[in-house]
Amino acid sequence: MSGEPILEVSGLRAGYGAVEVLRGVDLTIRRGDIVALLGSNGVGKTTFNAVLSGLIRPWAGKVAFKGSDITGIGAASVVDAGMSLVPEGRLIFPNMTVKENLILGSYRRARGNRDANIDKIVAIFPRLKERFEQKAGTLSGGEQQMLAIGRGMMAEPELLILDEPSLGLSPLLVEEMFNLIRRLNEEGLTILLVEQNVAQSLEIATTGYVLENGAISLSGPAATLMDDPNLQRSYLGI
Amino acid sequence: MIDPVILIPSLINGLTTGALYALVALGLTLIYGVLHIINFAHGAMLMMALYGVFFLNRLFGIDPYVALLIVPPAMFAIGYALQRGIIGRASHGRDENILLVTLGLSIIIENMALYFFRSDTRTIETPYSFEVVEFAGAFVPVAKVVAFFGALVTAALLWAFMSKTDLGRAIRALAKERKGARLVGINVDHVFAMSFGIGVACLGVAACLLMPSYYVNPQVGYGFVLIAFTTVVLGGMGSFVGAMIGGLVIGVVEAMGGLFLGDSLGQFGIFAIFILILMFRPTGLLGHKV
Repeated sequence: MSGEPILEVSGLRAGYGAVEVLRGVDLTIRRGDIVALLGSNGVGKTTFNAVLSGLIRPWAGKVAFKGSDITGIGAASVVDAGMSLVPEGRLIFPNMTVKENLILGSYRRARGNRDANIDKIVAIFPRLKERFEQKAGTLSGGEQQMLAIGRGMMAEPELLILDEPSLGLSPLLVEEMFNLIRRLNEEGLTILLVEQNVAQSLEIATTGYVLENGAISLSGPAATLMDDPNLQRSYLGI
Repeated sequence: MIDPVILIPSLINGLTTGALYALVALGLTLIYGVLHIINFAHGAMLMMALYGVFFLNRLFGIDPYVALLIVPPAMFAIGYALQRGIIGRASHGRDENILLVTLGLSIIIENMALYFFRSDTRTIETPYSFEVVEFAGAFVPVAKVVAFFGALVTAALLWAFMSKTDLGRAIRALAKERKGARLVGINVDHVFAMSFGIGVACLGVAACLLMPSYYVNPQVGYGFVLIAFTTVVLGGMGSFVGAMIGGLVIGVVEAMGGLFLGDSLGQFGIFAIFILILMFRPTGLLGHKV
């Protein structure tokens, strides 16, 4: 079911000031896949996302999206190209209504399909419909996460990056969130799932990468990774 | 009790002046709300706009209300260029730098005005300079009536722009969540400059509405900016409705103060309110906790 590569990252190095966080990351995502990027706190997952989404420039290496080089082109152009990041901590606009948050998701891309996409998204997240005219800052954590994902989808991305979507959610909601990600993928969306939650992520992913200390230490088909003794010892506590 | 024959004209006078205070404060609160900076050059830029209206009239015979088509767009362009070319560049992302840059700009603008135009107070004459309309037994100058409704219409247009257009939404989004705004593809530098330009364009509108019943000299901005700061604090920093209500309240308080305490003490009430607000409700009437 895997298609041609949609994202190819090679030799990516990045950091802040003198501190190097990413020390040469290689990663490939194929169209139609869910790729899980796993790792504990502080290994560079968020920095990796910041580079992909154009928030920071890498020191070295290359990011190719749909075959063209998008390294360092800036956040707005990355959205234009068709890649959206749903950031850790959601970063929704708290002073604006749910509706306005969704509208702004299509600030640069898919403006013409705005109304149709809003309908589609509230059909996926009925809770957002109930809160439609409410200020986003008054939503619960789970609802804010749904809104953040909805806002990301408003740009009709070809690749959606989800940074820690399960963070801060109750176990029940986490389960729901993973089911939802699987559903979005079944409808054709390519997803990069960046998570600490190793077991549940690998359950829905096609391919997995483990990031350790700024470099990929392990990668392969999700099912193979699940059985890897090193991974089981370090992350699954088996 | 005071005679309504004196009270009503005073009240109307307060409301018409207050609407202009509100307009000046609206620009200030927009810039503060989005860029989180207090624009110290606000008064100087109002003065610049007033000179613009004055010279358009004196040199080319352009009516101040016709100048509405020229001065606000020109002020917008100046504001956009200043933010993008000077303020944004010199600030390096630090708020205290921006504060100093706008302070420096105000000193430069005021002294240039002093050098080129001298400190003479100038006024213009229009065919309607002495026209009045009768309202509730009071005679109100036409220019003040126009100023009042002009300010309200401008505020309404600005409100519609902020809530109904993508750029307006982007401005509000950027005010609260910069990183989130970048992730949906909002160009931060451009939207910052647009906000600054629109805030300064408000001064252009205020200048056109003000000039027929007011005057201009290089220091004219001081009084306005002091009151605009008070208005913004009263209404709540960054709050639109707050700035409107605050402006009207302050206009009325000033007029009433003048009526009861005499002209020289007219502004006493404004600063009494300012101190009381800071003591008991520092977030302002409609402000939110930061």
